[in-house]
Amino acid sequence: MSRPAAPIRAVAALAGQELLLTARRGENVLVTIIVPAAVLLFFATVGVVPDVAGRPVDLLLPGSLALAVIASGLVSLGISTAYERSYGVLKRLGGSPLPRWGLVAAKLAAVLALELIQVALLLAVASIVLGWRAPAATSIATFVIALVLGTFAFSGLGLLLAGTLRAEATMALGNGLFLGFLMVGGIVLPVDHLPAPIAAVAGLLPASALAEAFRVALGSGADPIGPLVLLGAWGIATAGLAIRTFRWE
Amino acid sequence: MTVSVSGPAIALDGVVKRYGSRTILDGISLTVHAGELVALLGPNGAGKTTTVEILEGYRTADKGTIRVLGQDPRRGGAALKARVGLMLQGGGLDPRSTPRDVLRLYARFHEGARDPDELLESAGLGGVAATRVRRLSGGERQRLALALALVGDPEVLLLDEPTAAMDPEARRATRMLIARLRAEGRAILLTTHDLGDVERLADRVAILNKGRIVANGTPADLAAGAEPQLRFQLARRLDAAEFMRLGAALRAEVTSAVPVAEPGHVHGSFRVEGAPPDPSLVAALAAWGAAEGIQIVELRAAAATLEERYLELTGDQDVEVVP
Repeated sequence: MSRPAAPIRAVAALAGQELLLTARRGENVLVTIIVPAAVLLFFATVGVVPDVAGRPVDLLLPGSLALAVIASGLVSLGISTAYERSYGVLKRLGGSPLPRWGLVAAKLAAVLALELIQVALLLAVASIVLGWRAPAATSIATFVIALVLGTFAFSGLGLLLAGTLRAEATMALGNGLFLGFLMVGGIVLPVDHLPAPIAAVAGLLPASALAEAFRVALGSGADPIGPLVLLGAWGIATAGLAIRTFRWE
Repeated sequence: MTVSVSGPAIALDGVVKRYGSRTILDGISLTVHAGELVALLGPNGAGKTTTVEILEGYRTADKGTIRVLGQDPRRGGAALKARVGLMLQGGGLDPRSTPRDVLRLYARFHEGARDPDELLESAGLGGVAATRVRRLSGGERQRLALALALVGDPEVLLLDEPTAAMDPEARRATRMLIARLRAEGRAILLTTHDLGDVERLADRVAILNKGRIVANGTPADLAAGAEPQLRFQLARRLDAAEFMRLGAALRAEVTSAVPVAEPGHVHGSFRVEGAPPDPSLVAALAAWGAAEGIQIVELRAAAATLEERYLELTGDQDVEVVP
């Protein structure tokens, strides 16, 4: 006979398992670790980035940080959760003493832990390879708020797909959105360099809000309130919809 | 193993479940006590999995009362889930995971969990403890799913088709393990398609057909519940004219005798309703066989076996009988 373990222990155990399984999937490592670093290195060295104030790395580092958050929340979390749903893994967990909120908390904790690795790697690549130095106007507080709100928005989007669509459809749509955000989400190209009709829409995307918030945090000097509010609104919308529509099996 | 509840560990009373206009469960009542193993037997689509999933708290019933260890499974929360072990059809295992990973993870959801390595050994999975679930055989996955049900040292076990997809050796080992769990005093409800499970494991069997429990008793009671009848198998199937003449021959001996073709048999298997299997009836049958030149391959004048009763009650054509 047994009793439920303390929820914090159960959540920590599952978060650890999530990270382990993420590391075991080659495609997860590729999209979360390698692709954002490759995007940063490639665009910073080939000189295709249009004229912007400052050096390319000042534009590209915040962009690739945003891409890393998108890769962890939307692509990696979304697709693995969709497959877990189709294999009945989520259903089986639902029959264990782990509460459902604990499952979500463990997944978000695993995403945040993965993001810390991504951030550390991208900052290391930027400073060691590309000679980037944190400007005096860097705001760690803005950075952390942007990271947390971005995690909510993109994990919410990933779970929204995972909880409503078939696993294959989640994989296709998750990867498609990832590519779309990379192209028009202010990741490697500032939104105002896009044709006007596209720029109008692109400026409202969560990707451009997150990239812009990271640019402010890393010293662009602009006001962070606009992008952070937009990002928060996306987080409320996607996470709220995911909670309302998620089907566990 | 002590079970701290008075009254049955599992109790369903008048449970009705509908999906839209389809009635899946039409008033199910069933109890399982501590130390008792009840098999829920029935054809595909009879409602076995729905019954188990209502007990597991995955589904809500439209009517009736459901109690597991005295509590409503929808409201028992984590405390109840810690005391109930479950095995889902399909297992719910992540293919990237390994048996050791899965058992260690679930062990950490419980205070007072069983040792994962011991469970691996007792399930015969010691040799594949670090193998990805993706690479396990169907039988190994089933044994892992069963081991997972035991992690929390549960008082109640809800096992959905625990011996499906197993080779005979794994099935035998699994039956021994389940029998031991019952002997330890746990209350076990298992669904099955397999009469071998019922005969070897069950204290009681409830036969579910089209959402109703059509029989509920010990396997022996159930088989013996039927009146003795004459049952026979012919060397081949009969055409309509031969079957008519068979009926006439038997009625000439006992006017109320009616031959009935057994469901679930491709060859000519029959039983005779409406008449006891007296020697005079056997003689009439033998005379008919001699006149028609049809060999009687097998003949029995006894109560039905469990399989025969089951087929009568459900008309299930796909029943598995694995010794």
